[in-house]
Amino acid sequence: MANLQKAILGTKIGMTQIFNEQGKAIPVTVVEAGPCVVLQKKDTVNDGYNAIQVGFSSIKEKNVNQPLKGHFKKANVKPLRFIKEFRLENSEQFNVGQEIKAEIFQAGDIVDVVGTSKGKGFAGGVKRHNFARGSMGHGSKYHRRPGSLGAKGPARVFKGRKMPGRLGGDQVTVQSLSVVKVYPERNLILIKGAIPGPKRGLVIIKNSVKA
Amino acid sequence: MQDIIKSIEEEYYKKDLPLFGPGDTVKVHVKVVEGTRERIQIYEGTVLKIRGGGLSQTFTVRRITYGVAVERTFLMHSPKIAKIEVTRKGKVRRARLFYLRELTGKKARVKEKGRFKK
Repeated sequence: MANLQKAILGTKIGMTQIFNEQGKAIPVTVVEAGPCVVLQKKDTVNDGYNAIQVGFSSIKEKNVNQPLKGHFKKANVKPLRFIKEFRLENSEQFNVGQEIKAEIFQAGDIVDVVGTSKGKGFAGGVKRHNFARGSMGHGSKYHRRPGSLGAKGPARVFKGRKMPGRLGGDQVTVQSLSVVKVYPERNLILIKGAIPGPKRGLVIIKNSVKA
Repeated sequence: MQDIIKSIEEEYYKKDLPLFGPGDTVKVHVKVVEGTRERIQIYEGTVLKIRGGGLSQTFTVRRITYGVAVERTFLMHSPKIAKIEVTRKGKVRRARLFYLRELTGKKARVKEKGRFKK
């Protein structure tokens, strides 16, 4: 969480390609980012750390339970679908009710994007861990099996053995992606390359830890 | 959601593209950057195929220069292409003219479509 200067919540819209000044086609992911509303401020005195709590994407009031309704009322904002916390460096400078908009990012910025990857269900070793598969033909009966689980010696399977199981649906961060274009008035950010998750999935865009 | 993507793509579309298809002979005016100077190079040949749709639509042009066949694929809406000129309409019966690759000389021609005004 070190040096988190700016962050925003958004939903993935989809991918397309645009042309840059050199006439090259750039693959981009379109993200509808913000406006996020500050719901609560956390500080060292009350909470032990500095942070802001933000909400994003409005929902109907009937779909909000009573405790959350009270929380939104306290901040004097309309009900929001997603609530996340950012431990920003300058958390103290924000006020409850303040909006964070897409314009905090500019074209050329290097960002990290956090999302939840698409769930693939119960997947085998070939798909889940990039195991090599056997020949699919030529009399082979060994197609996509996991193979040996280890030596005979220990007479057990070691912990952490790569095996078939649930794949996807995890939090994934893609680092050092560049912002290609920002439409501040339409709350859109165009990021070069792919980002994790399905369309309409929640993503967090924040300044890159490596840049 | 698709509307948002469409609206972004909208500003990159070329509005003045001529109608052409496989078998047509086209002159492609390609912008070439040499050092700091930019000039236009003309590449003429037969359209072999048109692939895809939207902004990522591409077309492949085949020509034979000094006995060497060259196939170049261009992005239809690329700003690197200054202009596309249709010089000859071809009469073909399929969408992908890969059979031209096996043919040479007089056989590797495409019949002209009649009643085409230049």
